[in-house]
Amino acid sequence: MTVAISSKEIADQLSGKFPGAIEEAGKDSVLVKSDFLLKVAAYLKDTDGLKFAYLNYVTAVDFYSYFEVVYQLTSLESNRSVILKTRCYGRDNPSVPSVTGLWQGADFQEREIYDLMGISFEGHPNLKRLFLWDGFPGHPLRKDFNR
Amino acid sequence: MEIDREGQYIYSDAELDRYEGQVIEDLKASSVESIPDPDAWLEEAKRNILLTSVDWVLDWAKRSSLWTAVCYPACCGLEWMATLAPRFDAARFGMEIMRASPRQADLLLTAGTLTWKMAPVVRRIYNQMPEPKWVIAMGACAISGGIFRSSYNVVPGYNKIVPVDVYVPGCPPRPEALIYGIQMLQKKIAKAHSVPDLPKLPGLPGLKQKGNR
Repeated sequence: MTVAISSKEIADQLSGKFPGAIEEAGKDSVLVKSDFLLKVAAYLKDTDGLKFAYLNYVTAVDFYSYFEVVYQLTSLESNRSVILKTRCYGRDNPSVPSVTGLWQGADFQEREIYDLMGISFEGHPNLKRLFLWDGFPGHPLRKDFNR
Repeated sequence: MEIDREGQYIYSDAELDRYEGQVIEDLKASSVESIPDPDAWLEEAKRNILLTSVDWVLDWAKRSSLWTAVCYPACCGLEWMATLAPRFDAARFGMEIMRASPRQADLLLTAGTLTWKMAPVVRRIYNQMPEPKWVIAMGACAISGGIFRSSYNVVPGYNKIVPVDVYVPGCPPRPEALIYGIQMLQKKIAKAHSVPDLPKLPGLPGLKQKGNR
């Protein structure tokens, strides 16, 4: 069975490599600053001993004062997983760098988040609505969405 | 794996997206009122009780070979599949044939929640069916939107999009209930003495570009 990697251990490793990138190492997740997201993700994907080559999912949470984008990564080599989080602020145009360049499977999931949460992903090759139609007012999974 | 950032995806067509969004918005704006159920001809049939034997034969043929168009957006479709399967055996009513093409179908059996994005497609399927044609609204979602009625994306009942002949309640209805609804529709067809006068529904505007088919 896939076991979660100790977030303390991986946060230590990451903060040694990227000083200032780690905002918080929770019980089972690592919160990185969105400026460092791509570098940290590429490091997790490519470094020997880590090799988190598989992206389980991308999702997002609305906390009113900020949005949190959540990535679960799994290393098929060592059979371990880690949860990577990043935050973006502001409700008008929150944005996070896209990880489609690293994991192509993030394409539709980032489009879904863009559609339903209104977070734009910089560098996404085809960022447009996935479920709702062009011209739909608002983003329905936001907590302050009223129809 | 490298992604070709310069290359265009085959589904990335901004003009097609705008067209689709406009079609949905137009349909939504024009579908505030429900389309009345086509039952006026039943009253008429009561007045003109004189049915010729030719009409009787035609009605018998129509009601005994209801072929259904495929329109199963959600879970009610599974109950309909169960109805088709040997235990309930819809073939007893002459309707075991499913038509993938609406042009060969008589009955639009709407099994499931309809979203606004799907609504123009259902309207198009209905318009493509040859007359005489009938619609059964199956399940709570098809009747009124069901538990999703207040959702931002769900059509509150198929009768906003197409005229409905028979409503089968349930969430989802059991196959027995669906068979009862089909029998009611057959009785309704038996009472008709001619082709019912159905409302003419506007089609969808064509798209003047290469994506048009």
